[in-house]
Amino acid sequence: MSEQQSELSAAKLAVSDHEMIRIAEMHKWYGQFHVLKNINLTVNKGERIVVCGPSGSGKSTLIRCINRLEEHQRGQIIVDGTELTGDLKHIEQIRREVGMVFQHFNLFPHLTVLENCTLAPIWVRKMPKAEAEDVARSYLERVKIPEQAEKYPGQLSGGQQQRVAIARSLCMNPAIMLFDEPTSALDPEMIKEVLDVMIELARDGMTMICVTHEMGFAKTVANRVIFMDGGEIIEENEPQEFFNNPQSERTREFLSQILLH
Amino acid sequence: MSNALQTPVAPPRNGFSLGKIWTDKRSRGVIIQIFATAAFFAFIFWLLRNAVANFETLGKPFGFDFLWQESNYDINQHLIEYDSRSSHFRAGVVGVLNTLLVAVCGIVLSTILGFILGVLRLSPNWLVNRLSYCYIEFVRNVPVLVHILLIHGILVHALPGVKAVLKGATDDASQQFFLTNRGFYVPRPIFESGIWLVVAAIIGGIAIAMWYRRQARIKQADTGEQSPVFWMSVLAILGLPIVAYFLAGQPIQWDAPVPGRFNFKGGMALKPEFLALWLALSLYTAAFIAENVRSGIEAVSQGQTEAAHALGLPRGRTMNLVIIPQALRVIIPPLTSQYLNITKNSSLAIAIGYMDIVATIGGITLNQTGREMECMIIVLSLYLMFSLTISLLMNWYNKRIALVER
Amino acid sequence: MSEQYLPGEHPDLRPPVGQTGLLLWLRKNLFSSPFNIVLTILTVYCLYLMLPPLFNWAFFDAVFIAESRDACRAAGDGACWGFIEKRIGQFTFGFYPVEERWRVVLAFVLLVVALVPLLWDKCPNRRQAIWFSLLYPFIAYWLLLGGMGLEPVETSRFGGFMLTMVIGVTGIVCSLPLGILLALGRQSELHIIRWLCTSFIEFIRGVPLITLLFVASTMLNYFLPPGTTFDILLRVLIMVTLFSAAYIAEVVRGGLQAIPKGQTEAADALGLKYWSSMRLVVLPQALKISIPGIVNTFIGLFKDTTLVIVIGMLDPLGIGRASLSDIKWTGLSTEVYVFIAMFFFICCFSMSRYSIYLEKKLHTGHRED
Repeated sequence: MSEQQSELSAAKLAVSDHEMIRIAEMHKWYGQFHVLKNINLTVNKGERIVVCGPSGSGKSTLIRCINRLEEHQRGQIIVDGTELTGDLKHIEQIRREVGMVFQHFNLFPHLTVLENCTLAPIWVRKMPKAEAEDVARSYLERVKIPEQAEKYPGQLSGGQQQRVAIARSLCMNPAIMLFDEPTSALDPEMIKEVLDVMIELARDGMTMICVTHEMGFAKTVANRVIFMDGGEIIEENEPQEFFNNPQSERTREFLSQILLH
Repeated sequence: MSNALQTPVAPPRNGFSLGKIWTDKRSRGVIIQIFATAAFFAFIFWLLRNAVANFETLGKPFGFDFLWQESNYDINQHLIEYDSRSSHFRAGVVGVLNTLLVAVCGIVLSTILGFILGVLRLSPNWLVNRLSYCYIEFVRNVPVLVHILLIHGILVHALPGVKAVLKGATDDASQQFFLTNRGFYVPRPIFESGIWLVVAAIIGGIAIAMWYRRQARIKQADTGEQSPVFWMSVLAILGLPIVAYFLAGQPIQWDAPVPGRFNFKGGMALKPEFLALWLALSLYTAAFIAENVRSGIEAVSQGQTEAAHALGLPRGRTMNLVIIPQALRVIIPPLTSQYLNITKNSSLAIAIGYMDIVATIGGITLNQTGREMECMIIVLSLYLMFSLTISLLMNWYNKRIALVER
Repeated sequence: MSEQYLPGEHPDLRPPVGQTGLLLWLRKNLFSSPFNIVLTILTVYCLYLMLPPLFNWAFFDAVFIAESRDACRAAGDGACWGFIEKRIGQFTFGFYPVEERWRVVLAFVLLVVALVPLLWDKCPNRRQAIWFSLLYPFIAYWLLLGGMGLEPVETSRFGGFMLTMVIGVTGIVCSLPLGILLALGRQSELHIIRWLCTSFIEFIRGVPLITLLFVASTMLNYFLPPGTTFDILLRVLIMVTLFSAAYIAEVVRGGLQAIPKGQTEAADALGLKYWSSMRLVVLPQALKISIPGIVNTFIGLFKDTTLVIVIGMLDPLGIGRASLSDIKWTGLSTEVYVFIAMFFFICCFSMSRYSIYLEKKLHTGHRED
């Protein structure tokens, strides 16, 4: 870890009282391939982190490690005081607290929008059905599609589906939300409706980690921007600094490409 | 064309011409259809005329009255009362019942085996996975008739004859199952009057299980609490009849086959023909069902599992609530066509002398009466009826479960 | 571990011990959970129980050359392959005259030659070679049946694997075009044509092949002008072709339905007529999608050739049953049927492998577009 990075996280720690995620010296391999190298990252309550980087840099793998959709081989990941190990009880406990939104929505096509949203609260949180439906409707309201509750995912547009996916995660009342490239599978005109929902969520103080290439979003809401390349965290900074004064050559190159685009 | 007739002053080039009938798309369609219909009816007429002429030269009548004549042949496996003095019609009914018997038994066994094999095929255990792959590939790529003959051959040639078994069995009285090349002799259940209590208990058990399931759902909807539906259902459906069985004073007696001098007395025999056909059809079809099950489960994308996991659903619930409901939609249509295949393949019974509909009406009756036409019409229309019924059910089901999309 | 690297300069490390290689493979694939450990042990035990006796029967204790069943029994406890060895000529050629069997062999060799340019797209001089493939059916007809300088041979003497190949190959070759036509008819906008094709397809698919073979052998004569008889093999060929064409039609229909409407519309917009738009635009794509299904139908047809024994033709199963009634060899049905099963397995398994290969090739080809 570079000096500058550790200074930064030390400063943050001082500011915040509650640490939500701590990743320390974490490594991951796919077979022989070293995908994540010595990852150190601390996320405090209410922080919004944007992770960016070229494709194949390991950014999706990183956030998928946080709710153990991927297994890490070395190092530590502690989520809300619980360490992720092979223990299924811990994994399920952490997954209840961590919501995730996928690039391809992954809504359950055989269930209506409302059933998508109530499935986990009913079966995992053991919530009465009526209550779960009330919660679901309130979140559908919040993502601005209450009128679609009785429809099936196949009947919705991409942007609407992604908003349902966000509502579905929120229904579990998670402490942390992970976003894995939530807008990259969307048509341009639908990106904004999803980003608006995410911005509102950030304003309400949700702890978020977003893998995204939407630099506008990063500038508006992020506390920190992380740049990854080759499985490493190359640079970590506040958005202002990150965009105006990138430290590493690779970051500059990446930014110039993405901003030109 | 009509356009031109109504408005003679309109564009002059739009007039009627013979060539235009052929170039105009619609009129050409009409002409083709008229020709097709004419050709079709001419063909049917030609066939019928030939048939009538042939019947006349042979001096044969056409009609189904022969069905009421005495059949004069025996059928070794009959589910209803039948002997050689019964009518051909009754022989046909026996044949249909035998077809249905082997088809239903085959459907049950092949579904169970197929699902097990399909799940094993997806097992993360390499050995199990490879082994089921080998089984599936071997069985699928060998004709079902070879399977039938092979199994029948093993049953008939490799198993000891009745005489040998009788000789060996006399000194051991406790033995109740006898495997011989003339059949698998097993005890036959004899039901006493108290059996009604057990039957009632089974029905009651199922009813209680269904009631409990509904109550559990209502309770979950109201309070969120979950109940052990599966174990309670098992308890109700299995436990209640067992209790009733003992309360009624064990109303099932077993009539065990007793080795006699030349044959077994009592008991009942599963004929090698039935066993061979049943096993071969089930093993063969199970391989196909296994492939359907595998591709059905694989068709549910990895993303669905991930999303369910990310929501905190445990593995078992993910399977029950997310994967299986989606996989079944993919599995069931090809599954029904496999059921149809079992029914049709059961006609191969004739190769080993199992008396199904093809062997009775289409076989012995046909040969005895010489009524080829009538017999084949009966057989063909019976199979068509089976097929249509199954495909109607399938279409109805497909419509019911189709995923709603825009 | 505690070494510090500048960002972006962390080297690739080897994964921790037990995370790669044989150890990992074993742990992941055989011993990943207690349940899996039990499963593995059970499977190995079952294999241990089953495989040695099987191999002993089939190879180590088997008798490969013998004069009769009794000689076999005297020599070993295993399979009596001597029987197969004695009858291999019949199993292969049926009752085709011994001195003319070279013609069957030649026809088979030429079949392989004719198939090469069809199945292998990198075959040298493919264009010229395909002309030979088109000519092949006539050559095979002449070789097998004789006439024009060759001794004529009755089709009733055909049998064994040769009969399987004749029915299988003819059925495959004829049913594909017929099936495509039926599929197009079923998708046609002309109601009567569509209705005719649909009822034909559904009728054929609704009844077992064996009943159709019975129809061919017993009933067909009634529908022909009095006095006409024609060859039983030809009747069987017609029935098998019709049967498999109905199934192919359904597979191709699935392919046609998967082609987006835009494709036909684009072809219409280019001014192509119905047949040209089908031939040049729609069918190539539809057939490409349906290849796995078509090959599966072919495999089914090839397996179904065994059903001809029920109308008394002597395919390998027929030969096998006939020879089992020989008093010298009675009771060897397992050997006969296992041998026939292996023949079909090799043929059908290679067909299905070829279809997987094709599918993969076409799939990647599609992605490159």
